[in-house]
Amino acid sequence: MLDPIAPFQGFGLGLRPPHYREFLEEDLDVDFVEVISENFMVRGGRPLHVLDRVRERYPVAMHGVSMSIGSVTGVRPDYLTRLKALVDRVDPIWVSDHLCWTGIGGFNSHDLLPLPYTEEALAVVCANVARVQDVLERPILLENPSSYVTFADDTMSEQGFMAQLCERTGCYLLLDVNNIFVSGTNHGFDPYAYIEGVPADRVRQIHLAGHSQGRELLIDTHDQPVPDPVWTLYEVACSRFGPAATMIERDDDIPPLSELLAELDIARRRACSSGRRAA
Amino acid sequence: MSLLALQRAMRDQILAVEPDGVAAGSERGLAVYRHAYRAQLAACLRDTFSKTQAWLGDEAFDRACQDHIADHAPHSWTLGDYGEGFEHTLRRLYPRDPEVFELAWLDWGLSRAFDGPDADPVSQEALASVDWDRAVLHFVPTLSISLVRTNAAAIWSAIAEGVTPPPAATLPQPAAVRVWRLGLSPQFRTIDALEREALELALKGAGFAEVCDRLAGQGDDGQSAQALGAMLGSWLQDGLITSIT
Repeated sequence: MLDPIAPFQGFGLGLRPPHYREFLEEDLDVDFVEVISENFMVRGGRPLHVLDRVRERYPVAMHGVSMSIGSVTGVRPDYLTRLKALVDRVDPIWVSDHLCWTGIGGFNSHDLLPLPYTEEALAVVCANVARVQDVLERPILLENPSSYVTFADDTMSEQGFMAQLCERTGCYLLLDVNNIFVSGTNHGFDPYAYIEGVPADRVRQIHLAGHSQGRELLIDTHDQPVPDPVWTLYEVACSRFGPAATMIERDDDIPPLSELLAELDIARRRACSSGRRAA
Repeated sequence: MSLLALQRAMRDQILAVEPDGVAAGSERGLAVYRHAYRAQLAACLRDTFSKTQAWLGDEAFDRACQDHIADHAPHSWTLGDYGEGFEHTLRRLYPRDPEVFELAWLDWGLSRAFDGPDADPVSQEALASVDWDRAVLHFVPTLSISLVRTNAAAIWSAIAEGVTPPPAATLPQPAAVRVWRLGLSPQFRTIDALEREALELALKGAGFAEVCDRLAGQGDDGQSAQALGAMLGSWLQDGLITSIT
């Protein structure tokens, strides 16, 4: 039986190389720091040196992009071994990755590829989550990805799939509000109805980010400030999910840290104005 | 369609030069994934081989990336491994410009050294008790060596310093470059043939006395003994040696 993940209420930012110095030297108004796990699943050198120092100053959440939890060929043992080593080193507040697959067999796309929401896919993901949680000796969080295709074989909604997944494996959710907006726009579903269908007691973290308008679809680019419709959706999410940690993701066109801290203050205000429950 | 069939079909459509029909997902959505796959890998190569890119120019470098990506699907879970072998693609594309793939080797070696295993240099105290007749040297795990025919190292340094790089030129003597990490900083140094041979022997486990014996015959004995002594000093100074047993 794995220990449950207690709610952690706070506002965090991602640790990105342009901001290393500030995270190491300044007293920043962040409650936690999120790191991309794979960037630190290395053997040594500056990345781990920086992470060890940052960990002394802030709680750290580990967020991965290569677990490939939906791969029908399973999660790679070499990946899991390295992830476990980093978990043991960091003792993060939690470990998350995406509800997607990134590769199959020996191929890795290094992209978050969409899953069909079918009973077969649910069984595959549940088996993979159970194995990961056994190895890591802790429950994990899974994030809803932005998607650009849906499948004719789908028998349930994404939020319905996630609810079943949580019930069967005991895993938790990292809800990306921007991804709900992007996928909702691309596939024509109602993002507010989506939020209503998410099991509220399983949400431990919320991601906020910006997106871009592609030729025909919205693209989850993480290169823009959080736009108004995503803020509005965030308020709704806060009022429904209560104490979930919030983090702003910026992975491209990374601005000065002061801009992200100012954006994080907006998140604090929006969370308050939503009537968010106290932790 | 089974999940296995769907994932294989989507993988094939992402990898295909031109997708032939859409077995999984919609065409416009699939185009997003196909584009993201190539863009991500190209960005990784640009990031890893920044000096090579600066030397070749953006357009030529992007063509080399697309050529490489078309033939090399990633297999590792980490994008950090994707640069492995890019120098071979450049060797094929630029057979008459050896400085190009030598620059790429240097970019790649420094990238590997950046987050390679940690190791502390041998201490001065440990040196005091070494029996040099039996001594075997052990080197930092980030050390790599490659033969060079050109002034790629000088070109790399000039680009790093933001000054106009020298024209590509063939070196008057065969040489090599060694790459390693000192503390947190990747380093490189151009070395002569004697040092390359000595390092390669020592890396294969030969004792320092054996290295000296085998290389003493090259040129004047006195000169090589002096050179071997100097190179041991530079290995210690550069933090290349982690222990001596």
